Amino acid sequence: MSEIVLEEVSKHYGAVRAVDGVSFRADAGKFLVLLGPSGCGKSTVLRLIAGLEDVTAGRILIEGRDVTRLAPEKRRISMVFQSYALFPHLSVAENIVFGLKVRRAPPAVRESRLAGVAELAGVGAALARAPAQLSGGQRQRVARARAIVAENRICLMDEPLSNLDAQLRHGMRVEIRALQQRLGMTVVYVTHDQVEAMSMADRVILMREGRIEQAGSPEELYARPATTFAARFIGTPPMNLAALADGPGGAVIRGTAGAPVLAGRGTGRVLGVRPEHVTLVARGGVPGSVSSAEYHGADTILTVQVGAESLLVRAAGRVELAPGAAVRLGWEADKVHLFDAGSGARVELDQPLPQPA
Amino acid sequence: MKHVYGWLLLTPAAILLVGFTHYPAAATLFDSLFSTGTVVRPSRFVGIGNYAALADDPIFWQVLGNNFWFALGTIPTSMTIAMLMAIWVNDRLPARALARMAYFTPTVLPMIAVANLWLFFYTPQIGLLDQINAALFNAPSHNWLGDPRTVLACTMVMVIWKEAGFFMIFYLAALQSLPPELEEAARMDGASRWYFFRRVTFPLLMPTTLFVLVNATINSFKLVDHLFILTKGGPDNASSLLLYYIYQVAFSFFDTAYASTLTVVLLLLLAGLALVQFQLIERRVHYR
Ligand SMILES: Nc1ncnc2c1ncn2[C@@H]1O[C@H](COP(=O)(O)OP(=O)(O)OP(=O)(O)O)[C@@H](O)[C@H]1O
Ligand SMILES: [Mg+2]
Repeated sequence: MSEIVLEEVSKHYGAVRAVDGVSFRADAGKFLVLLGPSGCGKSTVLRLIAGLEDVTAGRILIEGRDVTRLAPEKRRISMVFQSYALFPHLSVAENIVFGLKVRRAPPAVRESRLAGVAELAGVGAALARAPAQLSGGQRQRVARARAIVAENRICLMDEPLSNLDAQLRHGMRVEIRALQQRLGMTVVYVTHDQVEAMSMADRVILMREGRIEQAGSPEELYARPATTFAARFIGTPPMNLAALADGPGGAVIRGTAGAPVLAGRGTGRVLGVRPEHVTLVARGGVPGSVSSAEYHGADTILTVQVGAESLLVRAAGRVELAPGAAVRLGWEADKVHLFDAGSGARVELDQPLPQPA
Repeated sequence: MKHVYGWLLLTPAAILLVGFTHYPAAATLFDSLFSTGTVVRPSRFVGIGNYAALADDPIFWQVLGNNFWFALGTIPTSMTIAMLMAIWVNDRLPARALARMAYFTPTVLPMIAVANLWLFFYTPQIGLLDQINAALFNAPSHNWLGDPRTVLACTMVMVIWKEAGFFMIFYLAALQSLPPELEEAARMDGASRWYFFRRVTFPLLMPTTLFVLVNATINSFKLVDHLFILTKGGPDNASSLLLYYIYQVAFSFFDTAYASTLTVVLLLLLAGLALVQFQLIERRVHYR
């Protein structure tokens, strides 16, 4: 099977720990996304799998075979680069069959494979053109065609859509996902865009400073973020994180007097609730005052000051609220997340939450 | 009224260009059609008489032949060496900056200094070359610059040494502008370094190669400083080049008309070469 396994893989550049003890498994035929902010080591992990960089420590296995010290061309992996890495002096067709020529595939094989992938990737009409004569989206397709023509079972992609505009990106996401499923490829896909990760992945690995912060399905990352970092990285706008304090009837949001949001201790804990799970309620809830309202068309993002914290609220449609208006915020008990203020780690709730109402 | 300002702005540059480039060129062409005047025999129109004399001048043909072999011997060699050095110092090697600088040093030196340096290599008996030959092969002393069979080759080696570092800079700049992903993509496809060079690097360097080729050709007719130090064109014009011959005719023999004729031929030659090069190579050059 074409699965990839990393065991405690590290890559250090001098004092920089670009990748630090990363272990994961990319299952055969699945779409794995490496997600994280800039500089967290995503590209380095991909280049280690490709063999373009040597590991400092750890092992990499592909299809059960230890490839840690194997040259890139022996790993039977294709790669799509962020810049596409098309050869500017070769036509689209020559670009696509470059690898086949290197491996001395007979001309008949080259022709038939070229015709096949050109159709699959949707570049049939542009085969005779030079890369400079293509649009960004077409270049992306050519890069993809070049990656699949070798018929490798594994394909690595490093931010393949980051050079495209937002509209095109959506179409390309769908195309790439469809192609992966049709060919049954194992894809490891690097991105810093959580929307790409959520919409394309079978499994997401969230990285931070060279380490894995959380791994799981998109649903798991959204529903049960393991840390405050994961909580804020997934979802737009990001999850509200409000520091808690001890109050008379339970934990309260820092800077507020009454309205306990949680039974028990508050100090040293952080409450998390996504903007889409917060609603404006008529009675009960947590009182606050609107500091701004941003209209987005389908919804309005309200910024509400509650005590010392400011919370985002995603309200459907157009909500006309002047800055300074008093509102009350409510949410359902099972939509609340709790984190440790020191470590940022998720804290499991041991007692049911009283819903502020 | 407006165009007056335009002309006023153009004038300073135009005066310089016309005064120092276009007028001398036209005057040279004009002079080449007259005989050289002396006190007793004033200059008179001779038509293509000077050109007929040139065709019969054995030294002209010898010097032109020298220049041909000089160009053929120095241009491809120095360009190949330049490309190899550029690829070599473009790699990740320790003390890369030092290696680049070392290769570039000959370019910084004035040709006169270089010629003086190489004079010590070629000097019979006490020169470096003879000393090594004597020590290793017990060979008898050889007058490298005094022998018509070796003198041109000796100047060629020196010019290659000086020019290669200069051309390397152009190749290095071109190599640095190539995105490293191209090589990585080729590596993942299993392309060897040689295959990648042949199919990707070399074609992408073609614009630079054309540029360097034109410059090298012009230089092979322009560079004559070393002759003043090393050989004065001798022995028996064996190392003389066209421009040096022009200098001799004009300022040693004071035959200005004939010197003008030679100059016109040199200009035509260079213009023709540049045209051919651009036409021939542009068809095979990929410009981004
Ligand atoms: N060749 C190198 N030498 C030294 N440090 C490097 C090298 N390559 C990467 N790094 C460092 O390793 C860290 C991870 O880099 P990497 O390129 O993997 O980040 P990334 O997650 O892909 O970021 P981005 O989203 O910006 O592409 C960064 O801090 C970077 O500065
Ligand atoms: Mg990256």
